[in-house]
Amino acid sequence: MSAGALTDLTIEAARDLLAGGEISARELAEAHIEAIAGARHLNAFITETPERALADAEASDARRRRGEAGALEGIPLGIKDLFCTEGVMSTAASAILDGFVPAYESTVSRNLFDAGAVMLGKLNLDEFAMGSSNETSHFGPVENPWRRRGDNRPLVPGGSSGGSAAAVAARLCLGATGTDTGGSIRQPAAFCGVVGAKPTYGRCSRWGIVAFASSLDQAGPMARGVRDAAIVLGAMAGFDPKDSTSVDIAVPDFETTVDDGVAGLKVGIPAEYALDETPDDIRALWDEGIAWLRDAGAEPVEVSLPHTPYALPAYHLIAPAEASSNLARYDGVRYGKRVEGADLIDTYAKTRGAGFGAEVRRRILIGTYALSAGYYDAYYLKAQKVRTLVARDFDRAFEACDFLLMPTCPSDAFAIGEKSDDPIAMYLNDVLTVPASLAGLPAMSVPAGLSEGGLPLGLQIVSRAFDEETMFRAARAIEKAAGFAARPGPRV
Amino acid sequence: MAVDTDTVRRIAMLARLDVPEGELADLTGELAKILDWMGQLGEVDTDGVVPMAAVKPMPLRRRADAVTEGGIADEIVANAPEAAGPFYTVPKVIE
Repeated sequence: MSAGALTDLTIEAARDLLAGGEISARELAEAHIEAIAGARHLNAFITETPERALADAEASDARRRRGEAGALEGIPLGIKDLFCTEGVMSTAASAILDGFVPAYESTVSRNLFDAGAVMLGKLNLDEFAMGSSNETSHFGPVENPWRRRGDNRPLVPGGSSGGSAAAVAARLCLGATGTDTGGSIRQPAAFCGVVGAKPTYGRCSRWGIVAFASSLDQAGPMARGVRDAAIVLGAMAGFDPKDSTSVDIAVPDFETTVDDGVAGLKVGIPAEYALDETPDDIRALWDEGIAWLRDAGAEPVEVSLPHTPYALPAYHLIAPAEASSNLARYDGVRYGKRVEGADLIDTYAKTRGAGFGAEVRRRILIGTYALSAGYYDAYYLKAQKVRTLVARDFDRAFEACDFLLMPTCPSDAFAIGEKSDDPIAMYLNDVLTVPASLAGLPAMSVPAGLSEGGLPLGLQIVSRAFDEETMFRAARAIEKAAGFAARPGPRV
Repeated sequence: MAVDTDTVRRIAMLARLDVPEGELADLTGELAKILDWMGQLGEVDTDGVVPMAAVKPMPLRRRADAVTEGGIADEIVANAPEAAGPFYTVPKVIE
């Protein structure tokens, strides 16, 4: 097979070709290494690991010869640079961690490598996963491989898993890991025309993932098909005693039920997700999605999630509050950069002032304010109460339906620099993804059509806690009906 | 609640975050705008609502109070900006 054909495979197809001996893990790794070297303008990778990839691939081919193939044997993946990888620099896209080389492996990446996956490198992201455009990275913005019709400005890939989404869309890896705190898997997946799934909070271990907001952070897969995402999630997920919020329940084989369809299921359509500013093409795609599911045998029902408008401001108090606490560890003593000051306190302040970028500093200050004496009840506690109400809305909706369908984002991809001066405009990107995050529910984005500007649009599925199977079945039904075959064009 | 430059200076101190004087005014404006936007939460009636503490309430797991891994001081200090043997070093804190 040609290198172009190898990088265009789905994980499912690559798995079959590898199992049949028609291709080797080494050939597959080589094709991807070449593709990555030819796409550096996208800035999708912070660290490329071609030697590691070839060594992984050779070890994988050897295991296969011994009959020891795992679920992802020989499949080349990119790892978001928020996952600590043993012996490979892990930066969270922050200057403060530039040069940090972990002596340990995150549980999720360990699970993937134990299943036979090959690591191509570490993918770019917003600094500490704080952003919706990948523009806050210390290592520079990632470029979306797509361009708006008739407009040659480079577009953002979304964020924070922007490098992951761009790399999967540009055929630089067969799949990638992402993390999602308020939409960081789903929104970039939608912007780049790929599938991105956030499982239930507690499904994947957070151990070894650089923490942003611990009560919200979840790892998940990004891939070019729903079945591929189900395969990768199956390998990532599982109970881990090293994460106290990891849930000790069996991980179903998501792949075996992915094609079970939606006949007889009820799909909830939440009226509150139709925002005044939602463009016509996104509204039309949502209607089309409802029709597709009806044709597939599901029954649409109207549901109400009345606290939806308050989810985003609540999120932007809770997440920064947790971040301000989590990021206290970057003190210039234990790891990362140190900027010497007049005394220890001054050294902390100078190190952190120089090491964190503008958005991270802003969120640390918001979070510190929300947790400070006199404001704790008015801001942080209030937000946690609103979070209860948002979660309760979902509980009530799921009394009337089996899953929810709504758009992933209120817009298609925007140009680099277009929204970087207005924090609230940037936050609004996540208005449709944040509610499921606050409730800890499984949610995913599946590419379903193109905007008027010719850019990918995603539809979002949300299901009950620990019912990823229904989420994948519904997403697969959308995928089949949509027949999304568009792809980013060659660079002009 | 108005946020002024003194408030921002104070929370920056609490956060151990150096904010240059020249950036204080802009940052104050930004934070005031964001906090004002969050003010809409005040519209929500939360009387009697219990703040959400966990997505899936579960008892905290416990384990035996035993060393499961250790003896890796060299690995732990390997990424320290400055270390002396198996110890971190910090600027002098006691005169």
